[in-house]
Amino acid sequence: MAVSGIILVLYLIAHMIGNLKVFAGRESFNGYSEWIRTIGEPAVPAQTTLTIIRIVLLVAVIAHIWAAIALWRQAKRARPNGYVTKKAVAQSYASRTMRWGGVIVGLFVIYHILDLTMGVANPEGPSGTPYDRLVAGFSNPLITAVYVIALILLGMHLRHGIWSATQTLGQSNKRREKTVNLFALVFSVVLIGGFLIVPFSVLFGLVG
Amino acid sequence: MTATREGASFASGTATDPAMAPHGMTLTLRIWRQKGPADKGRMVTYQVEDISPDMSFLEMLDVLNEKLILADDDPVVFDHDCREGICGSCGLMINGTAHGRGTSGGPTTTCQLHMRKFKDGDTIDIEPWRATAFPVIKDLSVDRGALDRIIQSGGYISAPTGTAPEAHSILVPKKDSDAAFDAATCIGCGACVAACPNASSMLFTAAKVSHLGLFPQGQPERNERVVNMIAQQDLEGFGGCTNIGECSAACPKGISMENISRLNHDLLGALRAGARPKS
Repeated sequence: MAVSGIILVLYLIAHMIGNLKVFAGRESFNGYSEWIRTIGEPAVPAQTTLTIIRIVLLVAVIAHIWAAIALWRQAKRARPNGYVTKKAVAQSYASRTMRWGGVIVGLFVIYHILDLTMGVANPEGPSGTPYDRLVAGFSNPLITAVYVIALILLGMHLRHGIWSATQTLGQSNKRREKTVNLFALVFSVVLIGGFLIVPFSVLFGLVG
Repeated sequence: MTATREGASFASGTATDPAMAPHGMTLTLRIWRQKGPADKGRMVTYQVEDISPDMSFLEMLDVLNEKLILADDDPVVFDHDCREGICGSCGLMINGTAHGRGTSGGPTTTCQLHMRKFKDGDTIDIEPWRATAFPVIKDLSVDRGALDRIIQSGGYISAPTGTAPEAHSILVPKKDSDAAFDAATCIGCGACVAACPNASSMLFTAAKVSHLGLFPQGQPERNERVVNMIAQQDLEGFGGCTNIGECSAACPKGISMENISRLNHDLLGALRAGARPKS
């Protein structure tokens, strides 16, 4: 859970920074997209690096989901009959929404790939450049709303996930606890803010 | 004026004297009744009157049980022993929180929760700890033998018997002894399991691993301890830890989440060193 989560978080950082290329203009953004597909050329054939990244991500996602399902099932077996009355004392909204929030984020990732990577679910279609697809998608308030909701859920997922991973890897203690939690919060807000700024800029006509 | 009236009624000493009439709280209790392990169980509603705010929660249940016994009813079974908050026997889910932590305002055991935390006319839901690893014996009493078996799997140190060695012969840093003591305050009540959304016993196991692992005397078995205790914990049917923190909040001794991190640190180190569970 923790190790696969860290791999996915590292990818998200790179993804967010790459997205900001949109502010450098159409050529820069499309060029960046082209560059990702040609890293290492001519030493290695086109798409080699991208394929490796995709395989690593796919393995990490599968490991993450597999571990989550195992924990979920174990929890169900550990308390098949719940309480008549149960109230939370300490749990955060983020930790309470890890499982269903994770499912929603997973479904969003599928939609996101169909939308912006493959273009089949995009108003512009697969033929457009990445920049055109992005602008066409986020000009639609409904599509932007889907992204905003999913990204906020992802932010909460990371908020608890970063803290939980620190615990799982045995790197937390009483002294660090506050710092780890504060870092998780600030990191999630900055990362999700970085992602959200793109659709909002398109929606409000700053990028187009 | 008021004083005169009170004085007068005190002097009269009649049955209608307000000072002599029932003046405590009237409460509605919804209690889990289950005849035995095979019974399905259900919530049953009872009324108790004249509950003093100075009573402990268990004394309030004693009042109910006396009433039930007089009415030839089956009294409600619940675990208790010292009633001083140190033995770990008592433990009830009160209004949805372990040991009534949501009502108490601070770390507590059920026996140290007082009725002054409730208001006249309140309805209180009382349930047993719920976990596959804690089967209900009857009503509110559960079998917490699973925690004992986790201890048996590694929560000990091997020491030669005979004359106690000189206490100062092995030095322990103050920081370590303090942290070990904090972990050793665990009374094994099971509130961590009861409060955990995953029904995980991680905080309990972590407290034991921390308590022994921080001492020089705990080092020889340190790696085996953590892998065996975790294996036993899984074998007992507890859930997995997802670091939500309900356990630590419900813990009457305030055992902190850092112990779980320490356990995980020990576990990763032990696995790297090649330690594997016994069976």
